[in-house]
Amino acid sequence: MTLALPRPVARRLSLRRPRPGLAAAGLVLLLALAAVIWPALFAGDPLAADPLRVLEAPSAQHWFGTDQLGRDVFDRVVHGARHSLSIGVAATVIAVGAGILLGLIAGLAHRVADEALSRGFDALAAFPLVLLALLFIAIAGTGTTSLVVAIGIATTPHYARVVRAQTLVVRQAAYVTHAVAFGGSRVRLVLRHVLPNVLGPIPVLAMIGLGEAVLIAAGLSFLGLGPQPPSPEWGAMLSEGRGYLHIAWWASVLPGAAVTATVISLTVIGRHLQNRFEGRPA
Amino acid sequence: MIRAIARRVASGAVVLWAAATAAYLALLAAPGDIVDSLIGDGADTPQIRAQIIAEWNLDRPAVVQYLDYLWRAAQGDLGRSYLLQRPVGEVIGDQVPPTLKLAVAAAVFGVALALVLAVTTRHRWARRASSAAELVIVSTPPFLIGIVLLSVFSFRFGLFPVSGDRGWAALVLPAVTMGLPIAGVLAQVLRDGLDRALDEPFAITARARGLRERAVLIRHALRHALMPAVTMLGWLTGVLLGGTVIIEQVFGRPGLGQVTLQAVGNGDMPVVLAVVVLAAAAFVVINTAADLAYLVIDPRLRRS
Repeated sequence: MTLALPRPVARRLSLRRPRPGLAAAGLVLLLALAAVIWPALFAGDPLAADPLRVLEAPSAQHWFGTDQLGRDVFDRVVHGARHSLSIGVAATVIAVGAGILLGLIAGLAHRVADEALSRGFDALAAFPLVLLALLFIAIAGTGTTSLVVAIGIATTPHYARVVRAQTLVVRQAAYVTHAVAFGGSRVRLVLRHVLPNVLGPIPVLAMIGLGEAVLIAAGLSFLGLGPQPPSPEWGAMLSEGRGYLHIAWWASVLPGAAVTATVISLTVIGRHLQNRFEGRPA
Repeated sequence: MIRAIARRVASGAVVLWAAATAAYLALLAAPGDIVDSLIGDGADTPQIRAQIIAEWNLDRPAVVQYLDYLWRAAQGDLGRSYLLQRPVGEVIGDQVPPTLKLAVAAAVFGVALALVLAVTTRHRWARRASSAAELVIVSTPPFLIGIVLLSVFSFRFGLFPVSGDRGWAALVLPAVTMGLPIAGVLAQVLRDGLDRALDEPFAITARARGLRERAVLIRHALRHALMPAVTMLGWLTGVLLGGTVIIEQVFGRPGLGQVTLQAVGNGDMPVVLAVVVLAAAAFVVINTAADLAYLVIDPRLRRS
């Protein structure tokens, strides 16, 4: 039943209010992207140790202070963007690729196969990500590659479920049934007619998913399961700096803040795009 | 009603079987000799090799090995840690109480904070500030939250112990660290639920009867908002199970997370497999309980 009901005022207003948060998020992502592409433009050598300047507080010379080996924390955070974000991106690429493939199969396959795959997605999605990644790493060994693959596998169901749902809708569409009537190979049918039409929501989902992947990657490398020291990965830096927390908070807190800023920005922009995509005011 | 319960219990059993099988297949899929991967970095002597072969029936056909593994897992026998040379059940059993204590404290804190936030921040500015804070908390790695709390409350003010599990004071910071992200997510869900419930005709009726806004909110809207929150129970379990690994590391607490991490680091597969199966079991129990809670809360579901 639909009645003319009073909606909260705040939600109506939010349509037209300026979006400083969105602009800030965009700026952070641009900076992160720049740091990934050309870190040397902003920052010096992330491995240059200066034993005379150990654990110095942030200053004009060392914006983020120095760590326990006298390395500049700002330089390391900038260079770390490449490590941390490329792990996230690689994991998301794996997850999106596998998700599209499995989702298509589940959506087009026979009922029994669909049911089995869907239960599999449910179980995988429900299981704690960290434990799943730990299981994979226990089997495949530690290292950046297993970290990437582990996060990729663990986040696959996000995309597979969406692609499956889209496929179920698209396969009923007139253009698909017509294409079937015209004959032609099934592979061509799927690639030309089904695939392009199920991909719509994927880019936005991948953006939000990338934030999650970066967060998990930082967590696992904090546990020592990712890139090994001295590589300037954000989670690993945090783990290294943790031992000096009582005298130098900046060596661990600031790399962590870089993770947070990146993930918030990805989430804010991803949610904004999602709301626009679905025609909802946010 | 009985049939509905039976169906859910049966599907829980299937999930458990799938988890145990997946763990077993994962072990088989591990590169290299299965005896090597079972030993990991543990002591490698001919006696231990013989013991492993006998224990996992590695000299028997694959089907027999698998069925035997399932049979023993069903009886609670999860094998032996090759690193510690003790039954896995014992190794894990010792670590369950501290982890459980942490998980329960974190869940209670997180849920309570989410309720308070969702109910008290109804006005424009409070709502926006709270939503922004929730976004920041949810996007922050939990170990960073822990480290910031440690550096402020333990190092700066010396209010709480830095590490370990002695007394209740040591529980405060870890529970807050793990509870904050839970509150961040749940508060968003509850707030959406409240918004939707307050738009419903019954809310207007209640207002028309002269109830004050707060009474409408707490007596009428909140119940409806709680329904989607119950759905999040499964998610909550996942956060707690996965979160303990990281939180215990940050705060140097004993527990399942520490054992798992050590086992992963040393390739002590029996322990890793047992933790995975145990996590799946915890998961199934809580999800089944949530499903049954629905049946109790909503009579409409009982008929189908």
